[in-house]
Amino acid sequence: MNSSELLSVVTFGYGIAATLYLVSWIFQKPFPAQLAKWSAVLTVIGNLAGFFMRWAESYRLGIGHAPLSNMYESLVFFALTIGVLYLFIEIRYRSPLIGVFATPLAFLAMAYASMSPNISARIQPLVPALKSNWLIAHVLTCFFGYAAFSIAFGVSIMYLLKQRERSDGKGLLAYLPKMNILDDLTHRMVLFGFLFLSVGIITGAVWANSAWGSYWSWDPKETWSLITWFVYATLLHARLIRGWYGKKIAYLSIIGFVAMLFTYFGVNYLPGLHSYGSF
Amino acid sequence: MADKNPIWKLFVSIRLTVVLLLSLAVTSIIGTLVPQNASAEAYFHKYGAFLYRLFDILNIFDMYHSWWFQLLLLLLICNIIACSIDRLAGTWKLIFPKETTFKPSTFQKLKKKENFTDSRLPEELETEFTAVFTKAFGHPRVEKTDQGFSLFAEKWRWTRLGVYIVHSSILFLIAGAMIGSMFGFEGYVNIPEGESVDHVQIRNTGRTQHLGFEIQCNDFELSTYKNGSPKEYRSSLTILENGKPVLTKDIIVNDPLHYKGISLFQSSYGEVSPEHTEAPSFSAEDIQLAFFVNASGMVYKRTAEIGKPLEIPEGMGKFVVMDFKESALFMGQNIGAALVGILTPEGGEPAEVTLPIEFPNFDKMRRGDVVISVVHQHEKQSHEKNPEKKRYYTGLQVVKDPGVWVVYSGFIVMIAGIIITFFMSHQRLCVDVSRKGNKSRIMVAGIANKNKLGMGIKVEKIARLLGNPEK
Repeated sequence: MNSSELLSVVTFGYGIAATLYLVSWIFQKPFPAQLAKWSAVLTVIGNLAGFFMRWAESYRLGIGHAPLSNMYESLVFFALTIGVLYLFIEIRYRSPLIGVFATPLAFLAMAYASMSPNISARIQPLVPALKSNWLIAHVLTCFFGYAAFSIAFGVSIMYLLKQRERSDGKGLLAYLPKMNILDDLTHRMVLFGFLFLSVGIITGAVWANSAWGSYWSWDPKETWSLITWFVYATLLHARLIRGWYGKKIAYLSIIGFVAMLFTYFGVNYLPGLHSYGSF
Repeated sequence: MADKNPIWKLFVSIRLTVVLLLSLAVTSIIGTLVPQNASAEAYFHKYGAFLYRLFDILNIFDMYHSWWFQLLLLLLICNIIACSIDRLAGTWKLIFPKETTFKPSTFQKLKKKENFTDSRLPEELETEFTAVFTKAFGHPRVEKTDQGFSLFAEKWRWTRLGVYIVHSSILFLIAGAMIGSMFGFEGYVNIPEGESVDHVQIRNTGRTQHLGFEIQCNDFELSTYKNGSPKEYRSSLTILENGKPVLTKDIIVNDPLHYKGISLFQSSYGEVSPEHTEAPSFSAEDIQLAFFVNASGMVYKRTAEIGKPLEIPEGMGKFVVMDFKESALFMGQNIGAALVGILTPEGGEPAEVTLPIEFPNFDKMRRGDVVISVVHQHEKQSHEKNPEKKRYYTGLQVVKDPGVWVVYSGFIVMIAGIIITFFMSHQRLCVDVSRKGNKSRIMVAGIANKNKLGMGIKVEKIARLLGNPEK
């Protein structure tokens, strides 16, 4: 089995985990959630194995490099970071229903990687600009940031849904974690994401300076990452100083996620230096 | 007095911070949609007379350096400084008190605390409790009370400064950027193999900058992978002082040469034509273009002349080469020699297209129905004449930025500041032991300015270590 085949199975695995979480929520039974958890664990292990297999395969082709160099590889890694971070939260908070809103994101990333006609799964050699020790540090930190913001987004959606809970304590929404827990989790994920996004932007700037002689050149990807940073900085200031909670924070977290998505995908439709990420 | 000044009041408000951050976020989008620093003609073609005039007045074509964007940044800096002064004045005494005092009653008032009893008397517990406390949290202050004793310790009080550390890092970044723009430069130069230069061209202005030494290009080598994509661009450079070599180094992308505060980066390359050894090898009279039509997968080669429209096969529209530039800028980045043309798709709007001579895949980024590329001069040459070794020139980005270390310090300060602000807190812990009959009553309580949940867990853990029975 090669990495591509294994990663197709991983796509399927995330799909199964997401479905089982959903089944557990809709039928309000804990057993499917248990199954979901174990399939998520297996899938994340498979995802990690696929990542390392691809790394090894590139060495066998004589063009060895960390599999973080194009859209396909970044999506595989994005799914992996979401998976790892989600499992950590499920174990820490013992609340499987967050999985209903987190695992589909990993599934979508993998499905987009495998099915989009614009994305090639071929292992390609590194272009000169990407040959740098900063590649791993930059991509790793950026994607942990992205994963944290994605989960914050999922939890914010849960919060906004939870608001509509019926007062008699019945219905599907009653099963979701309490609002203050969701609000706190959003905030924590944003803190974590903000740290990693900052480090990601900084490692990118240091790298750009060693490759092109300029740590900041207002390239669209750089600019959009800064826009994302501004949105989350706004969220943190609004919360810490002005005491914003709940709904307002959830909306800001969703806006931040949209900016993040644009930094990740949208920018590929604009011309600029980061074009190797788009194929 | 400061409280009454309305300008001061404006600058110490977080509302202003939120407005400024969101304004910066929203206005920054414009510059990612409108290409920056392109030629006036290109903008005129793209936007028409009215929008061109409007954008020009608003400095949209170089918006990140425009007066209004810089003003937003300046306001943000004033906001950061004013807020820091205002808040620091209030919390300074809290962060650096002359003497730390504590009262057990402060902790007794807390809602969340652990209470339990021990069958021994307070005197018997003191040594053991002090040891456990020291190991789990830090060395405590022991105070005798009427009924027994209290242990108290605090740590990380200074982390209350974290937020000021993060904010100061932004001042570092701005200061570094200003030093760079005042005392540095960003230029480029093309050096044919075997030749040397002592000056470079400044980007955007085209001014000449003398270096005070010479750069000699000994050799340029381009290697490719089996599939033809570029693997490495390598230039062997020698620095000459008064004609004498002082330093020789091979540079590749991601591994520049630094000399006397000036850095040389591998940025582009090209071929020197045998006839005119000075200029790059492209002749504007004989342009071969390849049109790749996505729908059919066909490639058509056509000869073009500047200013003369070409029909693209399969009814895909018209293309006309407008200009040849020896070093074209794209999004502010030098992409070397390039053709600039106007593509008018069938039934569509005309658009400007940049075709760098050296990057045949460049036009794919546009994601159009047709991908246009310039047929490589050396591809043609290999068919035709001149089987001799090609002579290259190397394109270097030459940068002096004395502010970069200030910026890097800012980066380190920012990361440290964020970790301190987000993940560390000022923690205070108190264990109070008082006699109750023949037994001791024990209270364990803690206060943290952040992550109160985490502090609660710590309090429970320490209470367990001191003998609180499991629940």
